[in-house]
Amino acid sequence: MKRWLIALLMLLLGRGQKPRQLPPPDRVLDAEPPRSPGSELLVVVLLLGAAAAAIVFVVVYALSANTQLLGLSMGGALVLLAAVFYVVAKRLVPQSESDEPYPQLIHQPEQEEVARTFDESASRLTRKRLLVVAAGTAGTALAVAVVTPLASLGPILDTNRLYRSPWRRGRRLVDASGKPLKASEVIERSIFSAFPEGADPKDLAAPIVLVRVDEGELDLPEGRESWAPDGIVAYSKVCTHAACAVSLYRAPLNEPTAPKPALICPCHFSTFDPAKGASVLFGPAGRPLPQLPLEVDGDGYLVAGGDFSGPVGPSWWGVRKR
Amino acid sequence: MLRASLVLLVALVLAPSAAADGRQLYLEGCASCHGLDARGIEGRGPDLHGAGAAAADFYLSTGRMPLAEPTDQPLRSDPEYSRGEIDQLVAYIGSLGGPPIPDVHPEQGSVRHGLELFSENCAGCHHMTGAGGIVTNVVAPSIWDATPTQIAEAVRVGPYVMPHFGPRQIDDAELNSLVSYVELTKSPDDRGGWALGHVGPVPEGMVAWLLAGAALVLVARVIGNRAR
Repeated sequence: MKRWLIALLMLLLGRGQKPRQLPPPDRVLDAEPPRSPGSELLVVVLLLGAAAAAIVFVVVYALSANTQLLGLSMGGALVLLAAVFYVVAKRLVPQSESDEPYPQLIHQPEQEEVARTFDESASRLTRKRLLVVAAGTAGTALAVAVVTPLASLGPILDTNRLYRSPWRRGRRLVDASGKPLKASEVIERSIFSAFPEGADPKDLAAPIVLVRVDEGELDLPEGRESWAPDGIVAYSKVCTHAACAVSLYRAPLNEPTAPKPALICPCHFSTFDPAKGASVLFGPAGRPLPQLPLEVDGDGYLVAGGDFSGPVGPSWWGVRKR
Repeated sequence: MLRASLVLLVALVLAPSAAADGRQLYLEGCASCHGLDARGIEGRGPDLHGAGAAAADFYLSTGRMPLAEPTDQPLRSDPEYSRGEIDQLVAYIGSLGGPPIPDVHPEQGSVRHGLELFSENCAGCHHMTGAGGIVTNVVAPSIWDATPTQIAEAVRVGPYVMPHFGPRQIDDAELNSLVSYVELTKSPDDRGGWALGHVGPVPEGMVAWLLAGAALVLVARVIGNRAR
Protein backbone atom coordinates (compact mmCIF):
# COMPACT_ATOMS: atom_id res chain seq x y z
CA MET A 1 0.00 0.00 0.00
CA LYS A 2 2.73 2.38 1.00
CA ARG A 3 4.72 1.55 -2.07
CA TRP A 4 1.69 2.22 -4.26
CA LEU A 5 1.17 5.62 -2.67
CA ILE A 6 4.80 6.57 -3.29
CA ALA A 7 4.56 5.41 -6.89
CA LEU A 8 1.41 7.49 -7.36
CA LEU A 9 3.08 10.53 -5.82
CA MET A 10 6.10 10.17 -8.09
CA LEU A 11 3.81 9.86 -11.07
CA LEU A 12 1.88 13.03 -10.18
CA LEU A 13 5.07 15.00 -9.50
CA GLY A 14 6.65 13.75 -12.68
CA ARG A 15 3.66 14.87 -14.73
CA GLY A 16 4.17 18.49 -13.84
CA GLN A 17 7.78 18.60 -14.96
CA LYS A 18 8.71 19.57 -18.45
CA PRO A 19 10.68 16.94 -20.29
CA ARG A 20 14.33 17.83 -20.43
CA GLN A 21 15.10 19.49 -23.72
CA LEU A 22 18.01 17.94 -25.53
CA PRO A 23 19.79 19.91 -28.21
CA PRO A 24 18.45 18.78 -31.58
CA PRO A 25 20.81 16.18 -32.97
CA ASP A 26 22.18 16.39 -36.43
CA ARG A 27 19.78 15.12 -39.01
CA VAL A 28 20.46 11.70 -40.39
CA LEU A 29 18.37 12.13 -43.52
CA ASP A 30 19.95 14.47 -46.03
CA ALA A 31 17.02 16.75 -46.57
CA GLU A 32 13.78 17.68 -44.94
CA PRO A 33 11.23 15.29 -46.45
CA PRO A 34 8.79 17.03 -48.78
CA ARG A 35 5.51 17.70 -47.04
CA SER A 36 2.25 16.99 -48.79
CA PRO A 37 -0.71 18.56 -47.00
CA GLY A 38 -3.01 17.62 -49.89
CA SER A 39 -2.40 13.91 -49.30
CA GLU A 40 -2.97 14.38 -45.60
CA LEU A 41 -6.30 16.04 -46.30
CA LEU A 42 -7.19 13.16 -48.61
CA VAL A 43 -6.36 10.67 -45.88
CA VAL A 44 -8.53 12.57 -43.41
CA VAL A 45 -11.42 12.64 -45.88
CA LEU A 46 -11.06 8.94 -46.61
CA LEU A 47 -10.95 8.08 -42.90
CA LEU A 48 -14.08 10.12 -42.23
CA GLY A 49 -15.72 8.42 -45.23
CA ALA A 50 -14.88 5.01 -43.77
CA ALA A 51 -16.33 6.12 -40.43
CA ALA A 52 -19.50 7.32 -42.15
CA ALA A 53 -19.87 4.02 -44.03
CA ALA A 54 -19.46 2.10 -40.78
CA ILE A 55 -22.13 4.27 -39.14
CA VAL A 56 -24.42 3.62 -42.12
CA PHE A 57 -23.87 -0.10 -41.50
CA VAL A 58 -25.01 0.24 -37.88
CA VAL A 59 -28.05 2.30 -38.90
CA VAL A 60 -29.07 -0.14 -41.64
CA TYR A 61 -28.64 -3.03 -39.22
CA ALA A 62 -30.87 -1.34 -36.67
CA LEU A 63 -33.56 -0.28 -39.16
CA SER A 64 -33.97 -2.86 -41.90
CA ALA A 65 -31.10 -5.34 -41.97
CA ASN A 66 -31.20 -5.26 -45.77
CA THR A 67 -28.27 -7.55 -46.53
CA GLN A 68 -27.33 -5.79 -49.78
CA LEU A 69 -27.07 -2.45 -48.02
CA LEU A 70 -25.21 -4.04 -45.14
CA GLY A 71 -22.66 -5.56 -47.51
CA LEU A 72 -22.35 -2.34 -49.46
CA SER A 73 -21.75 -0.18 -46.37
CA MET A 74 -19.29 -2.55 -44.68
CA GLY A 75 -17.52 -3.23 -47.98
CA GLY A 76 -17.37 0.53 -48.64
CA ALA A 77 -15.85 1.16 -45.22
CA LEU A 78 -13.17 -1.48 -45.77
CA VAL A 79 -12.38 -0.24 -49.29
CA LEU A 80 -11.98 3.32 -47.99
CA LEU A 81 -9.72 2.01 -45.23
CA ALA A 82 -7.65 0.19 -47.85
CA ALA A 83 -7.44 3.45 -49.80
CA VAL A 84 -6.19 5.18 -46.64
CA PHE A 85 -3.42 2.64 -46.26
CA TYR A 86 -2.53 3.02 -49.92
CA VAL A 87 -2.27 6.81 -49.77
CA VAL A 88 -0.32 6.74 -46.51
CA ALA A 89 2.11 4.18 -47.86
CA LYS A 90 2.59 5.85 -51.21
CA ARG A 91 2.57 9.54 -50.33
CA LEU A 92 3.20 10.07 -46.62
CA VAL A 93 5.80 7.53 -45.62
CA PRO A 94 9.23 8.44 -47.00
CA GLN A 95 10.60 5.80 -49.28
CA SER A 96 14.20 4.85 -48.99
CA GLU A 97 15.99 1.92 -50.41
CA SER A 98 18.63 0.04 -48.47
CA ASP A 99 20.89 -2.71 -49.59
CA GLU A 100 20.69 -6.24 -48.43
CA PRO A 101 22.14 -7.73 -46.31
CA TYR A 102 21.22 -5.23 -43.62
CA PRO A 103 24.20 -4.15 -41.53
CA GLN A 104 24.36 -5.65 -38.08
CA LEU A 105 23.47 -2.93 -35.62
CA ILE A 106 25.58 -3.90 -32.69
CA HIS A 107 26.84 -0.50 -31.66
CA GLN A 108 24.87 2.03 -29.73
CA PRO A 109 25.40 5.01 -32.13
CA GLU A 110 24.19 2.99 -35.10
CA GLN A 111 21.06 1.95 -33.27
CA GLU A 112 20.37 5.54 -32.34
CA GLU A 113 20.80 6.57 -35.94
CA VAL A 114 18.18 4.14 -37.07
CA ALA A 115 15.81 5.33 -34.37
CA ARG A 116 16.35 8.93 -35.43
CA THR A 117 15.78 8.08 -39.07
CA PHE A 118 12.47 6.66 -38.00
CA ASP A 119 11.55 9.74 -36.00
CA GLU A 120 12.54 12.12 -38.72
CA SER A 121 10.56 10.31 -41.35
CA ALA A 122 7.45 10.70 -39.24
CA SER A 123 7.97 14.43 -39.04
CA ARG A 124 6.81 14.71 -42.60
CA LEU A 125 3.29 15.04 -41.26
CA THR A 126 2.01 18.54 -40.77
CA ARG A 127 -1.34 17.85 -39.06
CA LYS A 128 -0.56 14.83 -36.96
CA ARG A 129 -3.26 15.39 -34.37
CA LEU A 130 -6.02 15.79 -36.97
CA LEU A 131 -4.89 12.56 -38.62
CA VAL A 132 -4.86 10.74 -35.30
CA VAL A 133 -8.38 12.00 -34.47
CA ALA A 134 -9.67 10.96 -37.91
CA ALA A 135 -8.07 7.52 -37.62
CA GLY A 136 -9.52 7.12 -34.14
CA THR A 137 -12.98 8.06 -35.39
CA ALA A 138 -12.77 5.60 -38.27
CA GLY A 139 -11.42 2.84 -36.04
CA THR A 140 -14.10 3.36 -33.41
CA ALA A 141 -16.91 3.45 -35.97
CA LEU A 142 -15.63 0.27 -37.64
CA ALA A 143 -15.26 -1.50 -34.32
CA VAL A 144 -18.83 -0.57 -33.38
CA ALA A 145 -20.05 -1.79 -36.79
CA VAL A 146 -18.27 -5.11 -36.38
CA VAL A 147 -19.71 -5.60 -32.90
CA THR A 148 -23.26 -4.55 -33.85
CA PRO A 149 -24.45 -7.99 -35.11
CA LEU A 150 -23.86 -9.34 -31.60
CA ALA A 151 -27.15 -7.63 -30.71
CA SER A 152 -28.91 -10.36 -32.69
CA LEU A 153 -27.62 -13.07 -30.39
CA GLY A 154 -30.54 -12.39 -28.08
CA PRO A 155 -31.51 -10.48 -25.02
CA ILE A 156 -28.70 -10.11 -22.52
CA LEU A 157 -30.57 -9.26 -19.34
CA ASP A 158 -34.28 -9.70 -19.99
CA THR A 159 -34.49 -13.43 -20.65
CA ASN A 160 -38.08 -13.54 -19.38
CA ARG A 161 -39.49 -13.07 -22.85
CA LEU A 162 -37.77 -16.28 -23.95
CA TYR A 163 -40.24 -18.13 -21.74
CA ARG A 164 -43.29 -16.54 -23.35
CA SER A 165 -45.58 -18.90 -25.23
CA PRO A 166 -48.98 -18.54 -26.90
CA TRP A 167 -50.09 -21.98 -25.70
CA ARG A 168 -52.81 -22.08 -23.03
CA ARG A 169 -54.95 -24.87 -21.72
CA GLY A 170 -57.86 -25.48 -24.08
CA ARG A 171 -56.34 -23.69 -27.08
CA ARG A 172 -57.09 -25.67 -30.24
CA LEU A 173 -54.39 -26.92 -32.62
CA VAL A 174 -54.74 -25.72 -36.22
CA ASP A 175 -52.77 -26.62 -39.34
CA ALA A 176 -50.87 -24.14 -41.52
CA SER A 177 -54.11 -23.11 -43.25
CA GLY A 178 -55.86 -22.47 -39.93
CA LYS A 179 -58.06 -25.56 -39.98
CA PRO A 180 -58.47 -27.26 -36.57
CA LEU A 181 -56.95 -30.72 -36.27
CA LYS A 182 -58.90 -33.71 -35.03
CA ALA A 183 -57.19 -36.43 -33.04
CA SER A 184 -58.54 -39.01 -35.48
CA GLU A 185 -56.84 -37.21 -38.38
CA VAL A 186 -53.36 -37.72 -36.94
CA ILE A 187 -52.45 -40.94 -38.71
CA GLU A 188 -49.58 -43.21 -37.74
CA ARG A 189 -46.19 -42.93 -39.47
CA SER A 190 -46.84 -39.36 -40.46
CA ILE A 191 -45.77 -35.93 -39.28
CA PHE A 192 -48.07 -32.96 -38.73
CA SER A 193 -47.24 -29.32 -38.07
CA ALA A 194 -49.67 -27.33 -35.95
CA PHE A 195 -50.09 -23.84 -34.50
CA PRO A 196 -52.16 -22.32 -31.69
CA GLU A 197 -55.57 -21.18 -32.94
CA GLY A 198 -55.83 -17.41 -33.25
CA ALA A 199 -52.20 -16.71 -32.35
CA ASP A 200 -49.33 -15.41 -34.45
CA PRO A 201 -47.86 -18.48 -36.21
CA LYS A 202 -44.51 -16.67 -36.49
CA ASP A 203 -44.12 -16.58 -32.72
CA LEU A 204 -41.07 -18.67 -31.77
CA ALA A 205 -43.13 -20.89 -29.47
CA ALA A 206 -46.08 -21.28 -31.86
CA PRO A 207 -45.10 -24.14 -34.22
CA ILE A 208 -45.28 -27.72 -32.97
CA VAL A 209 -44.86 -31.14 -34.53
CA LEU A 210 -47.31 -33.93 -33.90
CA VAL A 211 -46.72 -37.64 -34.35
CA ARG A 212 -48.69 -40.64 -33.25
CA VAL A 213 -46.58 -43.11 -31.27
CA ASP A 214 -47.52 -46.70 -30.49
CA GLU A 215 -49.00 -46.43 -26.99
CA GLY A 216 -47.09 -49.52 -25.91
CA GLU A 217 -43.79 -47.83 -26.84
CA LEU A 218 -44.61 -44.58 -25.04
CA ASP A 219 -42.19 -43.88 -22.19
CA LEU A 220 -42.64 -40.22 -21.24
CA PRO A 221 -40.84 -38.57 -18.31
CA GLU A 222 -42.61 -38.66 -14.97
CA GLY A 223 -45.67 -36.50 -14.58
CA ARG A 224 -46.46 -36.50 -18.30
CA GLU A 225 -48.51 -39.71 -18.34
CA SER A 226 -51.69 -37.93 -19.51
CA TRP A 227 -49.97 -35.65 -22.03
CA ALA A 228 -50.36 -37.97 -25.05
CA PRO A 229 -54.00 -38.92 -25.71
CA ASP A 230 -54.18 -41.97 -28.05
CA GLY A 231 -50.38 -41.88 -28.27
CA ILE A 232 -50.34 -38.46 -29.99
CA VAL A 233 -47.34 -36.47 -28.79
CA ALA A 234 -46.64 -32.81 -29.52
CA TYR A 235 -43.24 -31.11 -29.33
CA SER A 236 -41.96 -27.65 -30.16
CA LYS A 237 -40.90 -27.60 -33.81
CA VAL A 238 -37.95 -25.31 -32.99
CA CYS A 239 -34.73 -27.26 -32.46
CA THR A 240 -33.09 -26.66 -29.08
CA HIS A 241 -29.70 -26.44 -30.78
CA ALA A 242 -29.90 -23.71 -33.42
CA ALA A 243 -33.63 -23.08 -33.85
CA CYS A 244 -34.08 -24.82 -37.19
CA ALA A 245 -37.47 -26.41 -37.91
CA VAL A 246 -37.55 -30.05 -36.80
CA SER A 247 -39.18 -31.23 -40.00
CA LEU A 248 -37.83 -34.74 -40.49
CA TYR A 249 -39.59 -37.79 -39.16
CA ARG A 250 -37.87 -41.14 -39.50
CA ALA A 251 -40.88 -43.44 -39.49
CA PRO A 252 -39.94 -47.06 -40.23
CA LEU A 253 -42.44 -49.09 -42.21
CA ASN A 254 -40.99 -52.31 -40.85
CA GLU A 255 -39.37 -51.48 -37.55
CA PRO A 256 -37.23 -54.63 -37.01
CA THR A 257 -35.23 -54.03 -40.20
CA ALA A 258 -34.92 -50.23 -40.11
CA PRO A 259 -33.79 -47.52 -37.67
CA LYS A 260 -36.36 -46.72 -34.99
CA PRO A 261 -38.70 -43.72 -35.11
CA ALA A 262 -37.07 -40.34 -34.54
CA LEU A 263 -37.71 -36.64 -35.03
CA ILE A 264 -34.72 -35.06 -36.74
CA CYS A 265 -33.58 -31.52 -37.38
CA PRO A 266 -32.25 -31.11 -40.94
CA CYS A 267 -29.63 -28.51 -40.04
CA HIS A 268 -27.22 -30.49 -37.86
CA PHE A 269 -29.10 -33.79 -37.51
CA SER A 270 -30.04 -33.52 -33.87
CA THR A 271 -32.17 -36.63 -33.41
CA PHE A 272 -34.96 -36.88 -30.83
CA ASP A 273 -36.94 -39.88 -29.60
CA PRO A 274 -40.66 -39.02 -29.82
CA ALA A 275 -41.68 -41.89 -27.55
CA LYS A 276 -39.38 -40.74 -24.72
CA GLY A 277 -40.24 -37.08 -24.36
CA ALA A 278 -37.99 -36.12 -27.32
CA SER A 279 -34.83 -37.06 -25.46
CA VAL A 280 -31.72 -36.53 -27.57
CA LEU A 281 -30.58 -39.69 -29.39
CA PHE A 282 -27.86 -38.07 -31.48
CA GLY A 283 -26.51 -34.71 -32.53
CA PRO A 284 -25.56 -31.36 -31.05
CA ALA A 285 -28.83 -30.50 -29.27
CA GLY A 286 -28.19 -30.19 -25.56
CA ARG A 287 -31.70 -30.82 -24.24
CA PRO A 288 -34.95 -32.44 -25.37
CA LEU A 289 -37.56 -30.60 -27.43
CA PRO A 290 -40.09 -29.06 -25.03
CA GLN A 291 -43.26 -31.14 -24.96
CA LEU A 292 -46.76 -29.67 -25.18
CA PRO A 293 -49.44 -31.50 -23.16
CA LEU A 294 -52.39 -32.48 -25.35
CA GLU A 295 -56.07 -33.15 -24.67
CA VAL A 296 -59.00 -34.05 -26.89
CA ASP A 297 -62.09 -31.85 -26.53
CA GLY A 298 -65.72 -33.02 -26.73
CA ASP A 299 -65.83 -32.67 -30.53
CA GLY A 300 -62.68 -34.73 -31.05
CA TYR A 301 -60.43 -31.74 -31.71
CA LEU A 302 -56.92 -31.61 -30.30
CA VAL A 303 -56.37 -28.88 -27.71
CA ALA A 304 -53.39 -27.90 -25.61
CA GLY A 305 -53.45 -29.14 -22.04
CA GLY A 306 -51.24 -26.29 -20.84
CA ASP A 307 -47.89 -24.75 -21.71
CA PHE A 308 -44.64 -26.41 -22.79
CA SER A 309 -42.57 -28.55 -20.43
CA GLY A 310 -39.67 -26.11 -20.82
CA PRO A 311 -38.43 -23.03 -22.66
CA VAL A 312 -38.64 -23.17 -26.45
CA GLY A 313 -35.79 -22.65 -28.88
CA PRO A 314 -32.01 -22.63 -28.63
CA SER A 315 -30.51 -22.79 -25.18
CA TRP A 316 -28.98 -19.81 -23.43
CA TRP A 317 -27.34 -19.17 -20.07
CA GLY A 318 -29.68 -20.14 -17.28
CA VAL A 319 -32.07 -22.05 -19.55
CA ARG A 320 -32.36 -24.93 -17.10
CA LYS A 321 -32.97 -22.74 -14.05
CA ARG A 322 -36.77 -22.93 -14.20
CA MET B 1 -38.71 -73.71 -78.85
CA LEU B 2 -41.93 -75.48 -79.70
CA ARG B 3 -41.85 -77.12 -76.29
CA ALA B 4 -41.29 -73.85 -74.51
CA SER B 5 -44.17 -72.31 -76.39
CA LEU B 6 -46.35 -75.25 -75.47
CA VAL B 7 -45.45 -74.89 -71.80
CA LEU B 8 -46.23 -71.18 -72.01
CA LEU B 9 -49.54 -71.91 -73.73
CA VAL B 10 -50.47 -74.43 -71.05
CA ALA B 11 -49.44 -72.00 -68.36
CA LEU B 12 -51.56 -69.27 -69.93
CA VAL B 13 -54.56 -71.58 -70.19
CA LEU B 14 -54.15 -72.79 -66.63
CA ALA B 15 -53.65 -69.32 -65.19
CA PRO B 16 -57.03 -67.94 -64.21
CA SER B 17 -55.82 -64.38 -63.72
CA ALA B 18 -52.86 -62.05 -63.45
CA ALA B 19 -53.14 -62.25 -59.67
CA ALA B 20 -52.57 -66.01 -59.77
CA ASP B 21 -49.48 -65.51 -61.96
CA GLY B 22 -48.39 -62.85 -59.54
CA ARG B 23 -48.77 -65.26 -56.66
CA GLN B 24 -46.51 -67.71 -58.44
CA LEU B 25 -43.88 -65.01 -58.92
CA TYR B 26 -44.40 -63.98 -55.31
CA LEU B 27 -43.74 -67.47 -54.01
CA GLU B 28 -40.53 -67.64 -56.03
CA GLY B 29 -39.12 -64.19 -55.33
CA CYS B 30 -40.70 -62.67 -52.24
CA ALA B 31 -41.97 -65.38 -49.90
CA SER B 32 -38.58 -66.00 -48.24
CA CYS B 33 -38.94 -62.67 -46.41
CA HIS B 34 -42.64 -61.85 -46.54
CA GLY B 35 -43.85 -65.40 -45.86
CA LEU B 36 -45.81 -67.89 -47.93
CA ASP B 37 -49.07 -66.28 -46.83
CA ALA B 38 -47.67 -62.71 -47.22
CA ARG B 39 -48.21 -62.18 -43.50
CA GLY B 40 -44.57 -61.19 -43.02
CA ILE B 41 -41.71 -62.84 -41.16
CA GLU B 42 -40.53 -61.22 -37.93
CA GLY B 43 -37.16 -59.56 -38.42
CA ARG B 44 -37.20 -60.04 -42.20
CA GLY B 45 -40.13 -58.57 -44.09
CA PRO B 46 -43.41 -56.89 -43.13
CA ASP B 47 -46.98 -58.14 -43.60
CA LEU B 48 -48.17 -57.21 -47.09
CA HIS B 49 -51.88 -57.30 -46.30
CA GLY B 50 -52.96 -53.70 -46.60
CA ALA B 51 -49.76 -52.60 -48.36
CA GLY B 52 -51.75 -52.29 -51.55
CA ALA B 53 -50.98 -52.00 -55.23
CA ALA B 54 -49.41 -48.58 -54.62
CA ALA B 55 -46.65 -50.00 -52.40
CA ALA B 56 -46.06 -53.04 -54.63
CA ASP B 57 -45.80 -50.94 -57.77
CA PHE B 58 -43.49 -48.42 -56.06
CA TYR B 59 -41.09 -50.99 -54.64
CA LEU B 60 -40.95 -53.20 -57.74
CA SER B 61 -40.91 -50.56 -60.48
CA THR B 62 -38.09 -48.62 -58.76
CA GLY B 63 -36.09 -51.83 -58.33
CA ARG B 64 -36.11 -51.44 -54.52
CA MET B 65 -37.47 -54.98 -54.12
CA PRO B 66 -36.38 -57.73 -54.01
CA LEU B 67 -33.72 -56.82 -51.46
CA ALA B 68 -30.43 -58.70 -51.07
CA GLU B 69 -30.48 -58.40 -47.27
CA PRO B 70 -33.65 -57.64 -45.31
CA THR B 71 -31.80 -55.11 -43.14
CA ASP B 72 -30.45 -53.12 -46.12
CA GLN B 73 -32.01 -49.82 -47.03
CA PRO B 74 -33.99 -50.35 -50.25
CA LEU B 75 -32.46 -48.06 -52.88
CA ARG B 76 -33.39 -47.36 -56.47
CA SER B 77 -31.88 -49.74 -59.04
CA ASP B 78 -32.85 -51.42 -62.28
CA PRO B 79 -36.11 -53.34 -61.80
CA GLU B 80 -35.63 -57.08 -61.30
CA TYR B 81 -38.88 -57.90 -63.07
CA SER B 82 -40.30 -56.97 -66.47
CA ARG B 83 -43.26 -54.59 -66.60
CA GLY B 84 -45.57 -57.53 -67.28
CA GLU B 85 -44.31 -59.45 -64.24
CA ILE B 86 -44.58 -56.33 -62.08
CA ASP B 87 -48.20 -55.92 -63.17
CA GLN B 88 -48.90 -59.53 -62.13
CA LEU B 89 -47.19 -59.09 -58.75
CA VAL B 90 -49.02 -55.78 -58.23
CA ALA B 91 -52.31 -57.51 -59.04
CA TYR B 92 -51.57 -60.18 -56.44
CA ILE B 93 -50.46 -57.79 -53.65
CA GLY B 94 -53.35 -55.48 -54.55
CA SER B 95 -55.75 -58.38 -54.07
CA LEU B 96 -54.63 -58.53 -50.42
CA GLY B 97 -56.12 -55.09 -49.80
CA GLY B 98 -54.66 -51.61 -49.45
CA PRO B 99 -54.41 -48.38 -51.42
CA PRO B 100 -54.56 -48.56 -55.23
CA ILE B 101 -51.96 -46.97 -57.51
CA PRO B 102 -52.73 -43.23 -57.29
CA ASP B 103 -53.99 -41.51 -60.41
CA VAL B 104 -51.78 -38.45 -60.77
CA HIS B 105 -52.02 -35.60 -63.27
CA PRO B 106 -49.15 -33.14 -62.79
CA GLU B 107 -50.38 -31.07 -65.74
CA GLN B 108 -53.47 -30.19 -63.69
CA GLY B 109 -51.42 -28.99 -60.72
CA SER B 110 -50.01 -25.59 -59.83
CA VAL B 111 -46.22 -25.50 -59.62
CA ARG B 112 -46.37 -22.57 -57.20
CA HIS B 113 -48.64 -24.40 -54.77
CA GLY B 114 -46.54 -27.52 -55.30
CA LEU B 115 -43.43 -25.64 -54.22
CA GLU B 116 -45.17 -24.58 -50.99
CA LEU B 117 -46.27 -28.14 -50.29
CA PHE B 118 -42.83 -29.48 -51.12
CA SER B 119 -41.05 -27.02 -48.84
CA GLU B 120 -43.50 -27.81 -46.05
CA ASN B 121 -43.50 -31.60 -46.28
CA CYS B 122 -40.62 -32.91 -48.39
CA ALA B 123 -37.71 -30.46 -48.53
CA GLY B 124 -36.46 -31.29 -45.03
CA CYS B 125 -35.18 -34.65 -46.27
CA HIS B 126 -35.11 -34.47 -50.07
CA HIS B 127 -33.72 -30.91 -50.31
CA MET B 128 -35.61 -28.08 -51.99
CA THR B 129 -34.06 -29.11 -55.31
CA GLY B 130 -35.04 -32.77 -54.95
CA ALA B 131 -31.36 -33.75 -54.87
CA GLY B 132 -31.84 -35.86 -51.76
CA GLY B 133 -29.83 -35.83 -48.57
CA ILE B 134 -29.45 -37.77 -45.39
CA VAL B 135 -31.53 -38.54 -42.34
CA THR B 136 -29.69 -39.92 -39.31
CA ASN B 137 -28.62 -43.49 -40.25
CA VAL B 138 -30.39 -43.54 -43.62
CA VAL B 139 -30.21 -41.93 -47.05
CA ALA B 140 -32.98 -39.69 -48.38
CA PRO B 141 -32.73 -40.48 -52.09
CA SER B 142 -32.78 -38.03 -54.98
CA ILE B 143 -36.25 -37.93 -56.52
CA TRP B 144 -35.19 -36.86 -60.00
CA ASP B 145 -35.46 -40.38 -61.42
CA ALA B 146 -38.94 -41.02 -60.06
CA THR B 147 -41.91 -40.93 -62.41
CA PRO B 148 -44.98 -38.87 -61.40
CA THR B 149 -46.78 -42.08 -60.41
CA GLN B 150 -43.85 -43.26 -58.30
CA ILE B 151 -43.70 -39.91 -56.48
CA ALA B 152 -47.43 -40.07 -55.74
CA GLU B 153 -47.04 -43.67 -54.54
CA ALA B 154 -44.18 -42.70 -52.23
CA VAL B 155 -46.25 -39.85 -50.75
CA ARG B 156 -49.16 -42.17 -49.99
CA VAL B 157 -47.17 -45.26 -48.97
CA GLY B 158 -44.17 -43.81 -47.16
CA PRO B 159 -41.53 -46.35 -48.21
CA TYR B 160 -38.84 -47.52 -45.74
CA VAL B 161 -38.54 -44.75 -43.10
CA MET B 162 -40.33 -42.01 -45.02
CA PRO B 163 -43.54 -40.81 -43.34
CA HIS B 164 -46.67 -41.23 -45.43
CA PHE B 165 -49.07 -38.39 -46.12
CA GLY B 166 -52.81 -38.86 -46.18
CA PRO B 167 -55.46 -36.72 -47.86
CA ARG B 168 -55.79 -34.61 -44.69
CA GLN B 169 -52.27 -33.27 -45.29
CA ILE B 170 -52.04 -33.52 -49.10
CA ASP B 171 -55.28 -34.15 -50.98
CA ASP B 172 -55.36 -35.50 -54.54
CA ALA B 173 -55.45 -32.05 -56.16
CA GLU B 174 -52.52 -30.96 -54.00
CA LEU B 175 -50.68 -34.14 -54.93
CA ASN B 176 -50.97 -33.08 -58.59
CA SER B 177 -49.39 -29.73 -57.69
CA LEU B 178 -46.67 -31.39 -55.63
CA VAL B 179 -45.74 -33.73 -58.49
CA SER B 180 -45.77 -30.84 -60.98
CA TYR B 181 -43.17 -29.12 -58.78
CA VAL B 182 -41.06 -32.29 -58.62
CA GLU B 183 -41.23 -32.48 -62.41
CA LEU B 184 -39.87 -28.93 -62.51
CA THR B 185 -36.91 -29.85 -60.27
CA LYS B 186 -35.86 -32.48 -62.79
CA SER B 187 -35.08 -29.85 -65.44
CA PRO B 188 -35.12 -26.44 -63.80
CA ASP B 189 -34.68 -23.28 -65.81
CA ASP B 190 -31.00 -22.61 -65.13
CA ARG B 191 -30.44 -19.04 -66.18
CA GLY B 192 -26.87 -18.02 -66.77
CA GLY B 193 -25.13 -21.23 -67.74
CA TRP B 194 -23.91 -23.83 -65.31
CA ALA B 195 -26.47 -25.22 -62.94
CA LEU B 196 -23.80 -25.86 -60.28
CA GLY B 197 -25.84 -28.63 -58.65
CA HIS B 198 -28.88 -26.39 -58.04
CA VAL B 199 -27.71 -26.01 -54.46
CA GLY B 200 -28.36 -22.31 -54.25
CA PRO B 201 -25.83 -19.50 -54.00
CA VAL B 202 -23.09 -21.63 -52.41
CA PRO B 203 -21.01 -22.31 -55.56
CA GLU B 204 -21.51 -18.74 -56.74
CA GLY B 205 -20.20 -17.62 -53.38
CA MET B 206 -17.15 -19.87 -53.80
CA VAL B 207 -16.45 -18.32 -57.21
CA ALA B 208 -16.83 -14.85 -55.71
CA TRP B 209 -14.31 -15.72 -52.99
CA LEU B 210 -11.83 -17.03 -55.57
CA LEU B 211 -12.22 -13.92 -57.73
CA ALA B 212 -11.87 -11.67 -54.69
CA GLY B 213 -8.76 -13.56 -53.60
CA ALA B 214 -7.20 -13.15 -57.05
CA ALA B 215 -8.11 -9.45 -57.04
CA LEU B 216 -6.46 -8.99 -53.64
CA VAL B 217 -3.26 -10.64 -54.88
CA LEU B 218 -3.27 -8.34 -57.90
CA VAL B 219 -3.79 -5.25 -55.75
CA ALA B 220 -0.99 -6.35 -53.43
CA ARG B 221 1.23 -6.81 -56.47
CA VAL B 222 0.41 -3.33 -57.81
CA ILE B 223 0.89 -1.37 -54.61
CA GLY B 224 3.88 -3.32 -53.31
CA ASN B 225 7.43 -3.05 -54.53
CA ARG B 226 9.80 -5.92 -54.62
CA ALA B 227 13.03 -5.14 -52.72
CA ARG B 228 15.89 -4.91 -55.13
